[in-house]
Amino acid sequence: MKFSFLYDIIIPGLIITAQILAVVLPVLISVAFLVYAERKVLALIQLRKGPNIVGPFGILQSFADALKLITKENIIPSGSNKVVFILAPIITMVLSLAGWAVIPFAPGWVVSDINVGIMYLFAVSSLGVYGIIMAGWASNSQYPFLGALRSAAQMVSYEVSIGFVIITVLLCVGSLNLSKIVMAQQTVWFAIPLLPMFIIFFISALAETNRLPFDLPEDESTLVAGFFTEYSSASFVLFFLGEYASMILMSSMTVILFLGGWLPPFDIFPFNAIPGVIWFTIKIIFILFLFIWVRGTFPRYRYDQLMRLGWKVFLPFSLFWVVATSGFLVYFDMLPK
Amino acid sequence: MIVYSLTFYLFSSIAVLSALMVISAKNPVHSVLFLILSFVNASGLFVLLGAEFLAMILVVVYVGAVAVLFLFVVMMLDINYIKLREGFLQYLPFGALLGIVLVIELGILYLTDISSNINSSEEALEPRIYEIENTKMIGEILYTKYFYLFQICGIILLVAMIGSITLTLRDKGGVKRQNIDNQNSVNALNAIDKKKVKLGEGI
Repeated sequence: MKFSFLYDIIIPGLIITAQILAVVLPVLISVAFLVYAERKVLALIQLRKGPNIVGPFGILQSFADALKLITKENIIPSGSNKVVFILAPIITMVLSLAGWAVIPFAPGWVVSDINVGIMYLFAVSSLGVYGIIMAGWASNSQYPFLGALRSAAQMVSYEVSIGFVIITVLLCVGSLNLSKIVMAQQTVWFAIPLLPMFIIFFISALAETNRLPFDLPEDESTLVAGFFTEYSSASFVLFFLGEYASMILMSSMTVILFLGGWLPPFDIFPFNAIPGVIWFTIKIIFILFLFIWVRGTFPRYRYDQLMRLGWKVFLPFSLFWVVATSGFLVYFDMLPK
Repeated sequence: MIVYSLTFYLFSSIAVLSALMVISAKNPVHSVLFLILSFVNASGLFVLLGAEFLAMILVVVYVGAVAVLFLFVVMMLDINYIKLREGFLQYLPFGALLGIVLVIELGILYLTDISSNINSSEEALEPRIYEIENTKMIGEILYTKYFYLFQICGIILLVAMIGSITLTLRDKGGVKRQNIDNQNSVNALNAIDKKKVKLGEGI
């Protein structure tokens, strides 16, 4: 076959770019609304009004904030390591968007349907720590450095139990492909037979995304703002967007692993008439609401308590559950072929 | 095919350049960051070979866990860069010897591979990746043919882990630790201790 520049590079390139934009733009816009939703829900929990000035019900507040931050001066501290300092927020942002490449929104609605989808997501979320650790080190200041150290230890610890939770799900599916993981939940969502794993995964996701009650890396009462103390304007916006985008990514991972992805709760008329992408969105919004609810309810963990929970409670329990699940599947001959 | 070769040269040239930067960067933290870049590009090469599982494992294990701890340690150390440079000439002959041995070994491997199997390089360029998931292929070989070797690897890792824990775990005493069971078992009876105090004596 003759190689033609137009058909082999330009057209596939344009198609891929269009697909990427079709995923990334909704994610970025939903980040803006997630920030608004968080402020509004927290306000309701605390009997306040929340943002209510910009636009109807204050719905455009996040856009106004982003505009304000971007137009401000970007201050780079003179003692900082400039290249790494600028690179850190970019890495955070890129990684939180890269994971969306493998997320299936509905049957066939996926940019890249790779065989090792869940491993890819796990890899991308484990790389997320670099943005934080580089920011903390490059700032050349005490508070960000402490925040970076805390975050490195915390994310590595909770990744271990997330890994075991993923293994438990994979034992029941028999494939690492995300679409196959969803299709394996047609009879029952994994949140029901694997309920303890679902809870562990959710709590570990809170720790992995540095959300309350595990937000020690940015602990404002002891570390000013943690790893992004020295950041301002556009680089701050990138951190902010990255953090919330990875929150949405983690909740979509929870939905795919445990809540049946795009599948309706019951496969009967009024439910299966609604398109899969809407079910997927509804489930993600539910998990995100839990994230915000937890933030409004629980006090922050102390550092040693955080480590104790990760290593002495979650790790042995999830390890036990991996052994129990595989034993159960082998004994009743239910291993996926 | 041309896109494939372009991506190959992109990944491999960045991997080699960043590997060079690992040993030539002045700042050790930069070295570790370049090492991570090199790892990521190596995993890109694995993807091109059709070894997607190995690629992801490389990122998860080396970049996501080992390099984080490495960076952690390097950041905490207060290294004198100039002193570090002083021993360079002293170690040069030994390092060069190691490098030459490696190059010769790679050369032998390359020559024997070419002579024994002429088609291998063609097959490596176009692996039949989509016939069977290579996660399954690795599992089928690892847990049957290489089962005992796999178990021995596990035991070696366990021994290394226990060794490093015993080397570093030192109970200095005097450290205040929270005992949650003790805290939870406090009630009105054992929290307050009533004592009769005699006048003019105290406790």
